[in-house]
Amino acid sequence: MSASTPSSGPISKAPRWKEIERGSSLWRDAWRRLKKNRVAVVSGVLLILLFLASIVLPELWRFGDKVPVGLSYPYARQNLALGPTPPSAAHWLGTDPFGRDLLARLAFGGRVSFAVGIVATVMSFAIGVTWGGIAGYFGGRLDTLAMRFVDVLYTLPLLIFVILLKVFFGSKKSALFKVFTAGVGILSKHPTDPEYFPLFQIFLVCVALGSISWLTMARIVRGQIISLRAQPFVEASHSVGVSHMGILFRHLLPNALGPIIVYTTLTIPEVMLTEAFLSFLGLGTEEPLSSWGQLAANGSETMTLFPWLLVAPGVVLAVTLFCFNFLGDGLRDALDPRIRKDG
Amino acid sequence: MLSFIARRVLSLIPTLFLMATLVFVMVRLAPGGPFDGEKQVPVEVKAALDAKYKLNDPILVQYRSWLGDVAFHADLGPTFKYPNRSVNEIIVLSLPVSMELGALAMAFALLLGIPLGIIGAIRQNTWKDSLAMGVAMIGVSIPRFVMASLLVLVFAMKLYWLPVARWETWRHMILPVICAGAPMAAYIARLTRGGMLEVVRSDFIRTARAKGLSERKVITRHALRGGLLPVISFLGPGFSGLLVGSLVVERIFNIPGMGRYFIEAAQNRDYNLIVGISLVYGVLLVVFNAIVDIAYAFLDPRVELR
Repeated sequence: MSASTPSSGPISKAPRWKEIERGSSLWRDAWRRLKKNRVAVVSGVLLILLFLASIVLPELWRFGDKVPVGLSYPYARQNLALGPTPPSAAHWLGTDPFGRDLLARLAFGGRVSFAVGIVATVMSFAIGVTWGGIAGYFGGRLDTLAMRFVDVLYTLPLLIFVILLKVFFGSKKSALFKVFTAGVGILSKHPTDPEYFPLFQIFLVCVALGSISWLTMARIVRGQIISLRAQPFVEASHSVGVSHMGILFRHLLPNALGPIIVYTTLTIPEVMLTEAFLSFLGLGTEEPLSSWGQLAANGSETMTLFPWLLVAPGVVLAVTLFCFNFLGDGLRDALDPRIRKDG
Repeated sequence: MLSFIARRVLSLIPTLFLMATLVFVMVRLAPGGPFDGEKQVPVEVKAALDAKYKLNDPILVQYRSWLGDVAFHADLGPTFKYPNRSVNEIIVLSLPVSMELGALAMAFALLLGIPLGIIGAIRQNTWKDSLAMGVAMIGVSIPRFVMASLLVLVFAMKLYWLPVARWETWRHMILPVICAGAPMAAYIARLTRGGMLEVVRSDFIRTARAKGLSERKVITRHALRGGLLPVISFLGPGFSGLLVGSLVVERIFNIPGMGRYFIEAAQNRDYNLIVGISLVYGVLLVVFNAIVDIAYAFLDPRVELR
């Protein structure tokens, strides 16, 4: 980190010297340890492939269609005459009752699932880091108050609020939809286009999940900041006139980045799992914007007749979560070999 | 000790109050009411119903009368969608079912998770460890409803070994309990392994071994007590995970527990039932967390009771 970043000195002629002079930073060590962890590497590679597939496959598949870039399977590609067919050479994973190719639906679903996972995690990251950072840095009464608030939220069954939020404010009549339409109005000329309503549903899921999953992040960041606050470099920054916010965001948080990255990686699968749970209850994303959870939930309704519609999305979802969890564990072992709480 | 428990219990009241208030206000702020469903009722009937349940009063007035009933008569009010049944009656009928499911699932999780974790720890970095932790990771990563659907498909619909749904004999309980408890068992296995690995390295374990105790005794008598502390502190969040999981499991297996009523009530906008069940969930969770804290303080002498 900042203390151990290499400085280019005069003796940098021989390559061997260069190597030694660069020394070893926390990140270099971590990368070396991570590379040795075969399961984590495989998980990381698989995740990248899945992510790329859900970006590229839909574009390839509807090459030549005149429909704009989207998150959902185009209606024009339905084939009602075909109906549900088991996996075959033409449709590798089979088709659903509307004759839609399941592989293509999974690729579109990947866009939705990854989007929900990433957006909600970014939100929980932003709230958690700011909240925990400020509480830990300023300490005193502010810290007590902020953390007591987190403690109270911890004891509440927050998913109940998510369910209620989704049931009660997920309609076109809700005030939240008006706010959303106003926001869309800035970017688009037709904010009242019905196409935007499913997007609103996803947006609501992201907001709801983001706003309940920042608590642990806040606790982790606060703990890190408190232990860093007493270091001499903080006093040094003070003495040269760096502002409080400058110290917190430029100097303290980058030093706490290890645990933050680990926990962020573990938040993504948690959010995706919760989204699948909501989808199963009919409260997640909505057709035609189907996440993997939504596809699996739909598949579970018809599983006696068309079991492939449950198995394929279930497997893709489970593999993705599996990889995120293994990658998160691997990152934790790599970045902080002392703290191994579990796994 | 007593004053710690008393203070811990007293501090629950504001939390529960906050929660009930939030839910109460939230359901009433949302557009649409309990009588604007898909079946359109005549305007006069709707007006009469609204008047009967005092839905036209200002929120503050409704809130005051509801809070009075709850606080002084333990009466959560009438339901809107189940005629002639009060919220209390529905909770009295459905809570025992949910509690049974929850208790069995938690027992299943502990009985499966702790041994798996111990095996992982004492056989660290062998194939047994990898297998146990691999299974645990699968348990964390498969959504409950996918696992439940697949189990039903295989064991109930193809092999006919177990019933598909309902909650009557022990045979009905096997699949729901497994589905509700499996993710928790997986977390417990991971936590047990981590906790045990940390404890096994400490000095008092070396002393115990130096005394010549058998490995079995070292583990069961000395290491487990410390090694299980992370599991104890996980029981609080784990319990909350069970509550959430029961929403899914009760729906898939058609079990008449609180979770099923909660989802129905939310979709029907049955205000009193939503607030009532949320409040019961809150009480369960908060009381359980308090018990866990107290148990933790008993088990870990380093924790000071404040």
